[in-house]
Amino acid sequence: MGEVKLLGSWGSPFSRRVEMALKHKGVEYEFIDEDLANKSPLLLQYNPVHKKVPVLLHNGKPIAESVVILEYIDETWKTNPIFPKHPYEKAMARFWAKFIDEKCNPAIWQIIWSRDKERDKAIEEAIVHLKTLENELKDKKFFGGETIGVVDIVANLIGFWLGVMQEATGIELVTKERFPILSNWIDEYVSCSVIKENLPPREKLLEAFKSRLNAPAWKY
Amino acid sequence: MANEVILLDFWPSPFGMRVRIALAEKGVKYEYRDEDLRNKSPLLLQMNPIHKKIPVLIHNGRPVCESLVAVQYVDEAWNDKSPLLPSDPYQRAQARFWADFVDKKIYDIGKKTWATKGEELEAAKKEFIDALKLLEVELGNKPYFGGETIGYVDVVLIPFYCWFYAYETCGNFSIEPECPVLIAWAKRCMQKESISESLPDQQKVYEFVLMMRKNLGIE
Repeated sequence: MGEVKLLGSWGSPFSRRVEMALKHKGVEYEFIDEDLANKSPLLLQYNPVHKKVPVLLHNGKPIAESVVILEYIDETWKTNPIFPKHPYEKAMARFWAKFIDEKCNPAIWQIIWSRDKERDKAIEEAIVHLKTLENELKDKKFFGGETIGVVDIVANLIGFWLGVMQEATGIELVTKERFPILSNWIDEYVSCSVIKENLPPREKLLEAFKSRLNAPAWKY
Repeated sequence: MANEVILLDFWPSPFGMRVRIALAEKGVKYEYRDEDLRNKSPLLLQMNPIHKKIPVLIHNGRPVCESLVAVQYVDEAWNDKSPLLPSDPYQRAQARFWADFVDKKIYDIGKKTWATKGEELEAAKKEFIDALKLLEVELGNKPYFGGETIGYVDVVLIPFYCWFYAYETCGNFSIEPECPVLIAWAKRCMQKESISESLPDQQKVYEFVLMMRKNLGIE
């Protein structure tokens, strides 16, 4: 159904979200890996406002912002829907996607890039937000129910990157004791085939974190 | 099934105004409740326990929080008239992109125009005008962001218009000479009852901002 290209980056959770959705729906696409330290003219042309990945190109027309792209993908390719059908459930999915992006993820990044007192504060905040998220999961296998939905896709940082970050820093944020339900979800998540096949290589990601943590003041 | 709609809101909130406009566009009858944010009602704390913020749209007892989520919900739940989002998926994606842009830029930078001084203020004014100019380019020569009729981006952006007077007066700058197309768009929007009835008077907003500045200890 038209030519699909994705400007992305191998290590970016935002970029991987889009790949998960496309693969989940069986959509063929060409992946163009961007060097974020040296952005291509193509990226600057197709996302002049933010100059960020991911950018989806469908028949040459660009769409930026990962969650905007996920909505577009769900509306364009109807197989294996990732958003609920009913307006209220859809609103809840959008709410939780926002919560992850505006509360959970920034708190997690803050832990990684800060030190000492600031880091302790960030850990406290992250625990509160992750507890809230865990409560939403309750006894469901995935946020989307029996199969993955948009909230599971948006939670990919928590599902995979966090484990790598924890290993790189030695910080234990999500443990089975503190977060039994979320830990279960993480196990289900990384064993789920469409997710598993769309994660960056773990060793490469770990190395990338370790070297950034040792480098002077760097922001992702 | 009774269609009971309550909106928990706070009169100067641009986020609340978005939902008011959406409900008005759809002709939905609802109960407006103004919250005292220093003394939040039990209903607000119950319906939005996570953020404890307004606006909260309560439809038949079920809460929808976050203004952009609520506006899209109103559009989808009352889909019999005045669609706010276009039907074409690509146009919808563009509308969502620009709504996200407004959310990322306008409120926070706008706040700096009345809450900061000196170099920080000068930088904020420039950033604010730059953001409005990008929106002007997106508007082009369409009457509204939604085209011939009010759409999602119009609803998301127009509430800030009643705050412009406060920004300009506190920050000592003028928006219209820099962004005439956007101001023309705003005045066109204000001709619509769904919008003019949903926005408070700019003088009242200015007085509210002066009070906030005093509370924050800004001279």
